[in-house]
Amino acid sequence: MAITAESGAPASPGSDDQPLLRLRGITKNFGAVQALTGVDLDLPAGQVTALVGDNGAGKSTLIKCIAGIWQPTTGDISWNGRPAAIRTPRDADALGIATVYQDLALCDNLDIVQNMFLGHEELSHRLLDETTMELDAKQTLADLSVTTVQSIRQPVGSLSGGQRQSVAVARAVMRDAKLVIMDEPTAALGVSQTAQVLDLIKRLSARGIAVLVISHNLTDVFAVADRLAVLYLGRLVESGPIADYDTQSAVELITTGKHTPNDKGPAPGPEA
Amino acid sequence: MTTPTTSTPSASDPTPAGDRTPVAVEGTVTIAVATQAPDLSNSFGEYLRAWAKRIRTGESGVLPVIAGLIILVIIFQAKNSHFLTALNLTNLLVQGSVFILLGMAEVWVLILGEIDLSVGYVAGIGGVVTAILASSPDNWPWWAAVLAGVAVTSLFGMLWGTLVIRLRLPSFVVTLAGLLGCEGILLYLVNSHGTGGTIRLSSNVLLDITNGNLSPAASWIVAVAAVVLFGATTVLRDRHRRRSGLVAPPVAVTSLKVGGMAVASAALVLICNQNRGVGFIAVQGVPYVVLVVLAVLVGYTFILGRMRFGRYLYAIGGNAEAARRSGVSLGWNRLWAFTLTGFTAGIAGIVYASRLGSISNNIDGGTLVLYAVAAAVIGGASLFGGRGKMIHALLGGLVIATIYNGMGLIGLAADYQFMVTAVVLLAAVTIDSLARRGRTTAS
Repeated sequence: MAITAESGAPASPGSDDQPLLRLRGITKNFGAVQALTGVDLDLPAGQVTALVGDNGAGKSTLIKCIAGIWQPTTGDISWNGRPAAIRTPRDADALGIATVYQDLALCDNLDIVQNMFLGHEELSHRLLDETTMELDAKQTLADLSVTTVQSIRQPVGSLSGGQRQSVAVARAVMRDAKLVIMDEPTAALGVSQTAQVLDLIKRLSARGIAVLVISHNLTDVFAVADRLAVLYLGRLVESGPIADYDTQSAVELITTGKHTPNDKGPAPGPEA
Repeated sequence: MTTPTTSTPSASDPTPAGDRTPVAVEGTVTIAVATQAPDLSNSFGEYLRAWAKRIRTGESGVLPVIAGLIILVIIFQAKNSHFLTALNLTNLLVQGSVFILLGMAEVWVLILGEIDLSVGYVAGIGGVVTAILASSPDNWPWWAAVLAGVAVTSLFGMLWGTLVIRLRLPSFVVTLAGLLGCEGILLYLVNSHGTGGTIRLSSNVLLDITNGNLSPAASWIVAVAAVVLFGATTVLRDRHRRRSGLVAPPVAVTSLKVGGMAVASAALVLICNQNRGVGFIAVQGVPYVVLVVLAVLVGYTFILGRMRFGRYLYAIGGNAEAARRSGVSLGWNRLWAFTLTGFTAGIAGIVYASRLGSISNNIDGGTLVLYAVAAAVIGGASLFGGRGKMIHALLGGLVIATIYNGMGLIGLAADYQFMVTAVVLLAAVTIDSLARRGRTTAS
């Protein structure tokens, strides 16, 4: 029961009431196992949507369907109001969907610039154009206010966890990503590193980028998200503005798929 | 938001204003920053400090190897004053060229985190094919025989690559089978040639690769050209970086590098240009094989450093999954790396045949491959993948040739040579492993 308003016919691309990505009735079967059942989800531009759910609820399956790693068995995806087919990661890349994986995204032996341009190197006369790449990388990091790295020519292996996340995000942004999907971006990070990454997520949405964050950490979710979407056993049980929820109701939704309506009023509000 | 690990450069850095990006500090970011590279900084002192830090984190560069090489040379020269004579030094260069070329062959696959144990016998096959085709009854022109030789060895590399990639077999096992199989093929080729287990190299051009020399004047011209080329490309690149608002190594460091190279080249040419002939015929000048090694070194370094293919090899060696997700084709790039290993082994085999003047059925390809891997690793390439340059094979090959040559010169036979090489190799691998640990804990 998605509670977003279904506002009739598709509006013109980019208009205000049109979410950037709209999923309708996404179902994914693996043989006899139904991993996702009729998921409806809207991801508006410039907003951070937190996707929460218990282990096995289908979070990873859902983002893999969006990222083009898997294709939904049935269901429609529309991008900017137009139907879109995302069959491969390349298709997702072409639309402007970037996925930031926690551990698998970077090569430790390459430096920040080399990592940011990996697979999309700038060339001049068929040779690597290091100057252009370094300037672009520097600009992107500055735009995102990623300022704690000493040198963008140091190997990524020498960076802290938060800095690595920042590089991975900057890499996505530099390629004009319109939707950035982050899988557990703060799971392995310490307090200050987490703050650094959450800050970066806010800056992404301030730039008009839609962000989908998967997280188990409800403190982080309430600190950064504009919207909440809860998966329970492959169904999207709720989605809506973060202000409609608090930690208690979110936990209840995650663990039982329902929440009792009486805790809405006096409960200690989240720091939204 | 603070990062405990960040040690920002001091405010007194003599950094031009243009090198600091105007950073839009929004809200919580408090650390003033330096987008400036500590490893490329403009001041000499800063550069030295950054260098010291890199050594601690395992990015020591080539200076330790060069230092080790100089120490070895001093020891051997002290033990036997014939070590630094023209005759011995040119001999050492020719001996070393085979180790260096095989080491460079190995670097291609080491970068990927793979290994090729077959290069010794594949090189042997390259030498045999070239020798057979260049002699009667075939009598191919030398260049055609060389092309055929390296084509055959490239195909072997391609075959190992295909097996490793398509069947997902470990390269260690595939190339171990290659080592055995190629030894068999080599024996078959040599024995069936019907010249009693030895094929003489009859082409004068091929014999001259290691036995001929540039004229003394040409030696100087080549040395000066090499230094000028290196200096000019470095200076031009640094100037381009500074003009674009990026930092570049301080001029003092560049001058030191170019100066060091100039001194080393001059010393080499001076020694090689002395007459080392026995009797009336003057033998002087730099052996041609030095040109072959330099050409391969420059070409390969260019591919690895300036082309997308080279970048992808490092990426695959560093984190294959990340490279794949970035759209890098793992299959093609790895296949080309294996092929280049075979190709380079072919060049080494032809140089080897040239040095011996013939190629026989008792080539010790097993020892050659171990020297090849040792050369690359002693020089600084990593067995764990992701790190290694062609210059590493050059320096490591020189270290091995120096031990090999120097210990022979002071009368220590093969037993001691092997033991000392083993110790040097263990030391190099230990440094590599420690450096790895240093890198991962560096943050």
